[in-house]
Amino acid sequence: MLEIKNLHARIGDAEILKGVTLTIPDGEIHAIMGPNGAGKSTLSYVLSGRDGYEVTEGEVLFNGENILEMEPEDRAAAGMLLAFQYPVELPGVGNANFLRTSLNAIRRKRGEEELDAVAFLKLARAAVKQLAMKEDFLKRNVNVGFSGGEKKRNEMLQMAILKPHLAILDETDSGLDIDALKIVAEGVNTLRDEKFSALVITHYQRLLDHIVPDVVHVLAGGKIVRSGPASLALELEASGYAGLEAA
Amino acid sequence: MVALPTRKLEAWRYTDLRPLSAISFAAPPAVSATPELPDLPFPRFVFLNGALNAALSTGFAHAKPFAPVEGQGTQPMALINADYAQDGINIEIPAGQNAGELLLVSAASGAAPFAFHPRHRVKLGQGATFTLIELDQGEGIYWQNAVFEVEVAEGAKFQHFRLQEESVEAFNTTTIHADIAGDASYEHFTLTLGSKISRTEIEANLLGQNALAHLNAAQLLGGVQHGDFTTIIRHKAPNCPSRQTVKSVLAGRARGVFQGKIEVDQIAQKTDGYQMSQALLLSPDAEMDIKPELQIFADDVKCSHGATIGALDEEQVFYLRSRGIPEADARQILIRAFLEEALEPVTHDASKTLFEEVLQSWWSKQ
Repeated sequence: MLEIKNLHARIGDAEILKGVTLTIPDGEIHAIMGPNGAGKSTLSYVLSGRDGYEVTEGEVLFNGENILEMEPEDRAAAGMLLAFQYPVELPGVGNANFLRTSLNAIRRKRGEEELDAVAFLKLARAAVKQLAMKEDFLKRNVNVGFSGGEKKRNEMLQMAILKPHLAILDETDSGLDIDALKIVAEGVNTLRDEKFSALVITHYQRLLDHIVPDVVHVLAGGKIVRSGPASLALELEASGYAGLEAA
Repeated sequence: MVALPTRKLEAWRYTDLRPLSAISFAAPPAVSATPELPDLPFPRFVFLNGALNAALSTGFAHAKPFAPVEGQGTQPMALINADYAQDGINIEIPAGQNAGELLLVSAASGAAPFAFHPRHRVKLGQGATFTLIELDQGEGIYWQNAVFEVEVAEGAKFQHFRLQEESVEAFNTTTIHADIAGDASYEHFTLTLGSKISRTEIEANLLGQNALAHLNAAQLLGGVQHGDFTTIIRHKAPNCPSRQTVKSVLAGRARGVFQGKIEVDQIAQKTDGYQMSQALLLSPDAEMDIKPELQIFADDVKCSHGATIGALDEEQVFYLRSRGIPEADARQILIRAFLEEALEPVTHDASKTLFEEVLQSWWSKQ
């Protein structure tokens, strides 16, 4: 369970988040929608522990633990995973090696046994197949020369292998065609169970046709201004955010 | 002694040898300690303070006794070497022979500063192949001023891999002169981790069609270390490829230098030259100087060169950390990735493993 309580955060002198409060119980998928500049990406970065954001007030509990004091790698070990809006290219780092290093780092922190190369490859190949990716994906350098859609698929591959308890998708749908969108949605949907929860940050409603959220929140001006069922997304699509920002 | 070069010489502008000239070096003392040698199943020559140690060395079918210097070489350090050289390997591989590998170890230790000037010769006959793996190591203050005279005859293939792990108080200057005949190749890789001041200077002459030179290097330096990799490749025949990838990782107040000169004679049409030098600065006080120089007198050639200097990308570090990889490991992964292009041409498995192991432990010491 993720509990965000009165979260205030700023970059330099600019206050971006001005008291965000929301709770995502286990097993639920929540969507955050909102206009550009509402603080959507800032929220995802604060949750994942990126440098450069100062939390001035509030707390974030993940399964009862205050994650704001944890390093990014410890948040990952605790079961959080941020799917990047712009996945980073790592020239010289092979995808399979990256995934295995990542999985084993997390397993080690959790006190679990590390996977050897053979066991890992078996797991990775199955995940690649499930996501309809080409097998050479594992041999290529991480995200280097990948198309926009391939990068997002690669984020889903990481998700399938690392099996987080909480996935944060930061505008994962941006720049995707409909086929890639379906693959992203399927990547999330296959993880759905009573333990898994997700925070889907998106500008548009269309991703939510494929990942149907339990709750939709509207973030505007650094606060959650409205929450409601999945149908709220359709309503926003029709009416726009204009009326909400004033609220 | 011939005078040490000063920064007034263009070729020595970025490397200041005053710390070296301030020391008066004695003759090398006798050595009693046995150096730590890698567990590699190859014949070996072990030099202690510059003198061949027969007990630690094995035989090698193609070795000849050390022969006095005939005065080859015009670079200042080679001239100094010529005055003092007393020992070194002298290898001649007969035509058509695959001579396998040879390990060349130089270990140094002593209380007072001392200097030694190895003079090595490696000559490959037509179509011969040979791999030389060189390890330089030591403790204390000393100066190793080595010269290699290399001749690779038609169609022969010489791989020369060097691991320079001298004491961080030591000085290492190594001058290599390589003549490479048609269809022959000289593949060089130096990994520099040691020395207070080091310079590897290679002069490679491509003398016949399709002669190939790979002059690759990586240096990982910290503290106040200074590492210089200087090359001159002379394309003296048509259709010759040359490749240089030089990567420097500099921490603390370390300083790296790369000077790469490619000369293309008028006759050397269809030359294919590539040169890339990249530096990763891990601290704001580290410094890198890069000087590419192309002199092209032919009109149908392909010569490219590039240079970059930068820091680790924090975005990449965060990406790795967000996937559970601890920060120190994330930085190490990215540094290793940065070096990949220089290490990739090291296709010799045992050498590659050796380099990988050393790189792993370098990071843990920073």
